[in-house]
Amino acid sequence: MNAEVRVPTDTLRSKQPRFQGMTAGHRACLGCGEALAARLVTEAAGPDVMVANATGCLEIFTTPWPESAWRVPWMHSLFENTGAIAAGMEAALKAQKKSTKVLAFGGDGGTFDIGFQALSGMLERGHNVLYVCFDNEAYMNTGIQRSSSTPHAAMTTTSPPGKERMGKRHLKKDMVSIVAAHHIPYAATSSVAYPSDIRQKIRRAMAVDGPTFLQIHSPCPLGWGHDGAESIDIARLAVKTGLFPIIELERGGLTGVMPIREPVPVTDYLKRQNRFRHLFSDDLRAEQELEHIQAIADHNIEIYDLTGHGESVYDADGMSIVRRGGMRRA
Amino acid sequence: MLQALEGSQAIARAVALCRPAVVSAYPITPQTHIVENISKLVADGQFDCEFVSVESEFSAASVALGAAMAGSRAYTASASQGILLMAEVLYNIAGMRVPLVMTCANRAVSAPLSIWNDQQDSMAVRDAGWIQLYCADNQEAVDTTIQAYRISERTELPVMVCMDGFTLTHTLEGIDVPEQEQVDSFLPAYHFKRALDPRNPTSVGTLVSPDHYSEARHSHHQALLKAMDDIIAADQDWGAICGRSYGGLLKTIGDPDADIAILSLGSVLGTLEAALSEMPPERSVKLIQLRSFRPFPAEALRQVCADLSHIIVLERAIAPGSGGIVGLEVLAALSSLDKPPRVHNCAAGLGGRDIPMEILPQLLALADEDRPADFQVIDVVLDRLPEEDR
Repeated sequence: MNAEVRVPTDTLRSKQPRFQGMTAGHRACLGCGEALAARLVTEAAGPDVMVANATGCLEIFTTPWPESAWRVPWMHSLFENTGAIAAGMEAALKAQKKSTKVLAFGGDGGTFDIGFQALSGMLERGHNVLYVCFDNEAYMNTGIQRSSSTPHAAMTTTSPPGKERMGKRHLKKDMVSIVAAHHIPYAATSSVAYPSDIRQKIRRAMAVDGPTFLQIHSPCPLGWGHDGAESIDIARLAVKTGLFPIIELERGGLTGVMPIREPVPVTDYLKRQNRFRHLFSDDLRAEQELEHIQAIADHNIEIYDLTGHGESVYDADGMSIVRRGGMRRA
Repeated sequence: MLQALEGSQAIARAVALCRPAVVSAYPITPQTHIVENISKLVADGQFDCEFVSVESEFSAASVALGAAMAGSRAYTASASQGILLMAEVLYNIAGMRVPLVMTCANRAVSAPLSIWNDQQDSMAVRDAGWIQLYCADNQEAVDTTIQAYRISERTELPVMVCMDGFTLTHTLEGIDVPEQEQVDSFLPAYHFKRALDPRNPTSVGTLVSPDHYSEARHSHHQALLKAMDDIIAADQDWGAICGRSYGGLLKTIGDPDADIAILSLGSVLGTLEAALSEMPPERSVKLIQLRSFRPFPAEALRQVCADLSHIIVLERAIAPGSGGIVGLEVLAALSSLDKPPRVHNCAAGLGGRDIPMEILPQLLALADEDRPADFQVIDVVLDRLPEEDR
């Protein structure tokens, strides 16, 4: 490299223009994981797309009429029909012989719960749609109510801890496995803590002619009870504890995992969020729940073999090192 | 050339002639034969479209919406429970002002479960913001389906073509199926100017604050009112091509100077017309077929009712706790006349109960009353009910 060539860093970015499908100026909260994830997804997907967006925070904060943060054709219809709207778009584009890729965006409420049927139908019929679920583990748009994605023991406004309860009584639904059970070409999880992993998986899914699914773990500072500046750290801890495994499934079979270099105890993740603060009280039930949650993480580590074999530069630590011009997976 | 076709078969042919690029539907009695016939046309290579067999009516309406928004002409059909399951999407389609055509094979709504005909389903979504056209026979349903695409795409409003389940959908009649060239000359290729396009990205279905919501609803209401001109024009223009037209917003049958009229919607008009010729009443009577229920043609109705003494409104649905649905709207529309006729209101044929020709004298007897009686289900058999429910 010629040491004489100097590029001022302040102009470097403008000299490398990137397509942005969702731009600044939207009204997401400070540190919103979903906003960052949606930006990364649309950036990687490029301009030749059409988006069907479920009702939810993402829809609300990006489109207060007459403003819009979207630079790609975008449509919101209802909460529970996003899979079907996307299917209709795809059928139309197919009839028109266009190659525009249809993206469907939903939160965990719109995906795991109310829109589950329409999603399943879209997957079963094999529409060429990339469905992205921004998973922030509760109904955040209506003010933090539990969803079937809310993790066990988490506090929400409809799963509050009290004399008779220790937060949500049920387990987080294993959505990616259910989606993969449709034997679609590609289903995966990712986390907003790993932008290059998101980019790589979006590009991968974009190249598939058929239904694909990506579930992105996206912290909600308001709903989880942490400072907005800590979103990425906390998302990374969810992965490094084993509570949110980063995996890939093709035609229903597991084909990839992001290994964890050093598994972190779940308490390191839980104690930084208010939604779990009742688990750190002087209460036998709290102690039992913490053991329970550690057991869930250990189970994930075991079934997905998350500690891996040997050293991979693409593990949960290596993937964090993203430097321009340095090692980059995608 | 006339062909003996079942109503559903005729509708499937009519839909194919309109060349929608995407058809999406979920089977429900009595709409099923429409979907089956479309599937067969597609399978036989006689209808080139993306046929999406969805997992529910909710998705059927949603797929059609997504397709129309992505720039393709779309079609769906349903009935009864299916219409109610679609209800949220129907409001959404209309509110977004998306052109779309659906057939409603009118059927009663559960409970009690009934697969047979009345018009409770389409009446339940009368305020969804769709144009609703009610057909008296299968030829009209075929022609109205073709007109509906023209109306929908010119007004950017969805159109629901209502045809009575079984009475029309499952009945074989001689049908003149139009030629493809006739339909092509009437219906230009689909062009929706607000269709989504990556080269010119727009956002649709956005959040609207109280600063703008009332204006959106007002303009939607105005668009429906203005659609009356397009409904009339489509009927006339298609009439010029195929030689059949249906009176636009409403049609009067019988003596135009009659003092008494019976107004209804759908296939019961055929029964009443037959009854008038088979058992002519002493008084001169005319029939009014309300073809367009949404928009409600108040002015056209006033014109044909100005000289009436009595109008009997025969409902095919009921608003429990209130009574008539159409009757109240007729009453409201006629109230501004100098000498409004008395409006007598009843329902008949609920849940598929047969409406025989003998209903005619029964209906006319309502006009013998000095003042209109309360709304009644005219063919109810009270003996079948316990004393306290009569």
